[in-house]
Amino acid sequence: MSVGEIRVAINSDQDIVSARQKGRLMATELGFSTGDATLIATAISELARNIVSYAHHGQVTLRMVNGLNRQGISVIATDDGPGIPDIRQALRDGFSTSGSLGLGLPGVRRLMDEFEINSQPGKGTTVAVKKWRQ
Amino acid sequence: MEVPILKQGAVLIATFQAALSDADLNQLRMGLVQQVVRFRSRAVIVDVTAMDVMDSFASRTLREIAHMIRLRGAETVIVGIQPEVAFAMVQLGLTLEGVATALDLEEGLAYLNEKFKTTN
Repeated sequence: MSVGEIRVAINSDQDIVSARQKGRLMATELGFSTGDATLIATAISELARNIVSYAHHGQVTLRMVNGLNRQGISVIATDDGPGIPDIRQALRDGFSTSGSLGLGLPGVRRLMDEFEINSQPGKGTTVAVKKWRQ
Repeated sequence: MEVPILKQGAVLIATFQAALSDADLNQLRMGLVQQVVRFRSRAVIVDVTAMDVMDSFASRTLREIAHMIRLRGAETVIVGIQPEVAFAMVQLGLTLEGVATALDLEEGLAYLNEKFKTTN
């Protein structure tokens, strides 16, 4: 594991708090503004919550990334839970199968600059997001 | 981390200390409603100044707290949502519809005083 990478195991609601605090710290160290660090921490909170709600166990990986003339943070949330049968539906505002949240994924997409999702029913879900420093 | 609840006359004040887990928020919801009953409080102020992130779960819980307390005939005011937290909430699509908000504790108390005056 390199210095620019932090992995947080997500097994309970307490881990959601821990993941977003580590994400905020990393974002601040990378020079993100307080506002952007809050957006990143909020996105991490939602992604980690999806893991706890749907898959129960998973992992959030925080990584420093370098682009052309810019630096950013990448957040990858993975689980081997039930997967999302209809990703297009899950990306629509107001959709939820747990009957409780329903804003997670489309909201996270708005909070971050890049958003990628991969999900296979029965195998799990990976959501990878990035935010670049302004 | 448990949220302390202070009693100030007919008003209960719950102050969020730092990052709260889902379990802490659920505990606060139960604790506040019980205390509103116990003290026959007329209003609750939830001070979220120290809150680092208001995600979908936290805002849903706050909405539920406000609605439960309204069913008891009391008022809830959420105070101290930080500008960057408000920005993130809007981006995420979260609203606190039907819940009173105020800039800070002082403004929240002023709002309630005004409200009690007009209903008396």
